[in-house]
Amino acid sequence: MSAAERKTMLLTTPFHSRVEQYCELNDWGAWQGYTTPNSYFDVELEYFAIRSTAGVLDLSPMNKYRISGPDAEAFLNRLVTRDVSKIGVNRVGYAVWCNDAGELMDDGTIFHLAENDYRLCSYMRADEWLEWNALGFNVTINNESDDIAALAIQGPVSCTILTLIGCEGLNELKPFGIARFDFEGVEMMVSRTGFTGDLGYEVWIDPSKAETLWDQLFDKGRDYLIKPIGSNALHMARIEAGFLQADVDFVPAEIAVRPGRTRTPLEMGLDWQVDFNKPLFNGRVALLKQKEEGLRYRFVLLDVEGNKPAEHSFILKNGKQIGIVTSAAWCPTAKSNLAFAQVEMPHGAVGDEFVAEIYYQRELQWTRLMAPCKVIDGPLFNPPRKRQTPAPAH
Amino acid sequence: MTKYDAIVIGAGHNGLIASSYLAKAGKKVLVIDARSQAGGCASTKAFAKAFHVSDCAQWVHQLDDKIVKELSLEMHGLRLGRAKRTIALQSNGDHLIIDGDSLSGAGISGSDKKAYKEFSSQMRAFAKLMLKLYRTRAPKLVEADRGDKLTLLSLGLGLKMMGRKNMQDMMRLVLINIYDVMNEHFEHDGLKAAVALDAITGTNMGPRSPNTVFTYIHRMVGEALGNRGVSQVMGGMGSLGGALLSSAKTQGVEVRLGEAVAHIVKTDDRVTGVELSSGEVLEAAVVVSSADPTTTYRDLLGYRNIEAGQARRVEQYRTRSGTGKLHLALSGPPSFTGVSDEDHSQRLIIAPSMDAMETGLNPIKYRELTSQHVFDISIPSIEDPTLAPAGQHVLTALVHYVPYDLKTGWDSNESAREQLLDSLLAQLEGYAPGIRDLIVASEVLVPEDFEASHGVTGGNWHHGELSIDQALMMRPFPGSTQYTGSVEGLYLCGAGSHPGGSLMGLAGKNAAEEILKQGVLS
Repeated sequence: MSAAERKTMLLTTPFHSRVEQYCELNDWGAWQGYTTPNSYFDVELEYFAIRSTAGVLDLSPMNKYRISGPDAEAFLNRLVTRDVSKIGVNRVGYAVWCNDAGELMDDGTIFHLAENDYRLCSYMRADEWLEWNALGFNVTINNESDDIAALAIQGPVSCTILTLIGCEGLNELKPFGIARFDFEGVEMMVSRTGFTGDLGYEVWIDPSKAETLWDQLFDKGRDYLIKPIGSNALHMARIEAGFLQADVDFVPAEIAVRPGRTRTPLEMGLDWQVDFNKPLFNGRVALLKQKEEGLRYRFVLLDVEGNKPAEHSFILKNGKQIGIVTSAAWCPTAKSNLAFAQVEMPHGAVGDEFVAEIYYQRELQWTRLMAPCKVIDGPLFNPPRKRQTPAPAH
Repeated sequence: MTKYDAIVIGAGHNGLIASSYLAKAGKKVLVIDARSQAGGCASTKAFAKAFHVSDCAQWVHQLDDKIVKELSLEMHGLRLGRAKRTIALQSNGDHLIIDGDSLSGAGISGSDKKAYKEFSSQMRAFAKLMLKLYRTRAPKLVEADRGDKLTLLSLGLGLKMMGRKNMQDMMRLVLINIYDVMNEHFEHDGLKAAVALDAITGTNMGPRSPNTVFTYIHRMVGEALGNRGVSQVMGGMGSLGGALLSSAKTQGVEVRLGEAVAHIVKTDDRVTGVELSSGEVLEAAVVVSSADPTTTYRDLLGYRNIEAGQARRVEQYRTRSGTGKLHLALSGPPSFTGVSDEDHSQRLIIAPSMDAMETGLNPIKYRELTSQHVFDISIPSIEDPTLAPAGQHVLTALVHYVPYDLKTGWDSNESAREQLLDSLLAQLEGYAPGIRDLIVASEVLVPEDFEASHGVTGGNWHHGELSIDQALMMRPFPGSTQYTGSVEGLYLCGAGSHPGGSLMGLAGKNAAEEILKQGVLS
């Protein structure tokens, strides 16, 4: 479809005809070159669909790379900071990767589809970096971003609805597991993964079946109050769940221009992702050095007093700026005003108290609010159903 | 199993020099080289029965005087020939003679003579300053430690001490091309080309390529190191290798020739030794590679054993050479028109003009043969009759430009080689009529041949293009400067590390000093 035909210079996803129909607010945003809704009808109601029923997010713009060949595991193990050999077949693992300087480039998920056959989902386009990484490895890298349509179905009734469209026995799938079903004669892959911190799934299918999949989900899910959700609602859910986002909470190394603006995984609270027992991975030498010499920053989750989101706030300690908020939201289910922040070391230990300098506008009037805030340990939204197998029925 | 303090890969001049300095400091050192002859690119071979040539490098013009003394190379048999004048052959027979900073010849004007003295004096000042930087590891600019800061300070002071004009000129000149600078200074086309030749020898660059003034200053550092023009090594270049070998052995260095390192052994996160092609594994506290960076990282260590960013740097490191070689065995003394008998032992060059050189470069950019070559000729058997049977001679010439990766391929491409030989001889005959009739045997070497015979990637005897983006604090590339890489236990000491190529020896010496300073050896 040409740009003129689709009325935008951005690309459209395989679900576009349906997304457009549901996007009542006509509120579109760009995601990696694709047009996707910021919100469909009401951000709060979309958010509550995730938490109370089921929310559907079109995640087709996600970059998807198929990595296969005899050296696929070895290749990935050099690429990412974690130990990939611990991701079993039909399992999914979260991963982050760095350049040689230990600067965080991106985060994503690794789908172990079969022996030495993986799919890497990334936020950033990674074609060039992956090609450079392939030097010396017997591995094939195929960008299959446009070959696969993907939807996230997240929330308490997600399993129930997917079972109704033919995913028999899906409730037995463990978190981070992969299952395959037949859908209209093609394979539909379902993974128990997501970005909302709740029970939820991601569905991967041939683009030709995208519209049918959408139609069936909304048809069978109508009685369960299934709703489409845009990126704004997802933003609230992911902050509540404690998930950081590339290009929001840190500047990916490949697009950082100013010196000192990148962060290492250690500075982003991702040390649990870094396995120094591996003899080699990109950034290992630099990260070891940083571990020895000390971090510059710490990434913290803040509980902010009041109900004004601390978007873009300065974080102060005794009146002196020691950090910045990277993302923030009032989180309705946790009933908390949460913020992610990068603070300078040695600040940021759990329990540390700061002040967030919040500016907000009401009827042209700007107000400055000095809100006390406190470093907390872990996300405030963490329901048992997220982990339960079999997934609870509704 | 014997465990060495250091295993040095490659018995080239830098490998042997690094070994000797390490052994002098009491370290247990083993040098391994796949070739059966020590010296690397300082080698001699009989290319035809009883005709011996220096089959890679043919001139000494940058060898560090201090190293020669400290390693007692003369005691170990190194004998350099007389410093040679450069005779730039002109098609009209009015040759230009360059002797130090003085010029003579029928076609040269008084103003060129004066300008050449001034130019040489300025270049010598620049080279002297550059030498400050060459005698030590290249300082890091961002993560500079105390030593680096001192080097930078000394460099800055040196720059200032040269005076305002020289300082401004140096800042202006190092990045520009020799073509423009020659036209600023001189009238005589042959003179311009003669200087330009020294700026492009061994590179894949032409007079109009950027930073060819830098490469010229690099060459001039040779003078600051105690060389005057070029010299031949008596007995052939291999004798320099022999002297270095003998000196190293006297220092207690163990040498194994004719045994190839199959790969560098990495255990967990550090290099612990090498494995030979025989399967034998040798352990050492550090491995010091005098092989070029590409061979070291890509072939010996393997891309999968280094971080991806570094593999990318290696892959992008430019190594293609545009220099080949011609060897001729001659039944009698050759006769170049207008050159006295005695002068045939000097350095003869054929470089009619800078435009001719640049035109000669053009086809090789497109991987094609050129018909207009530039020659840097030596007839070493005049000064050293041992190289050829009595009354007979060998002629060797560095020839530019020869493509590294000829479109049609060099491999078993006899017709391309014949075509190249024929065009070289045709051109040579214009200056030495009848030379074809004297030829007993001939050989043409293309960059790919040096790669095969001497293991230098791209056939590049500088171990990588010597352009400013791959020089000094960026040699061979960021992340592998100061003789180390990202892999613990692995060091570089070859021409691919600072200060770079030609038979100089400072890379080997600096590397040894750096390893000793780091205290990584017990």
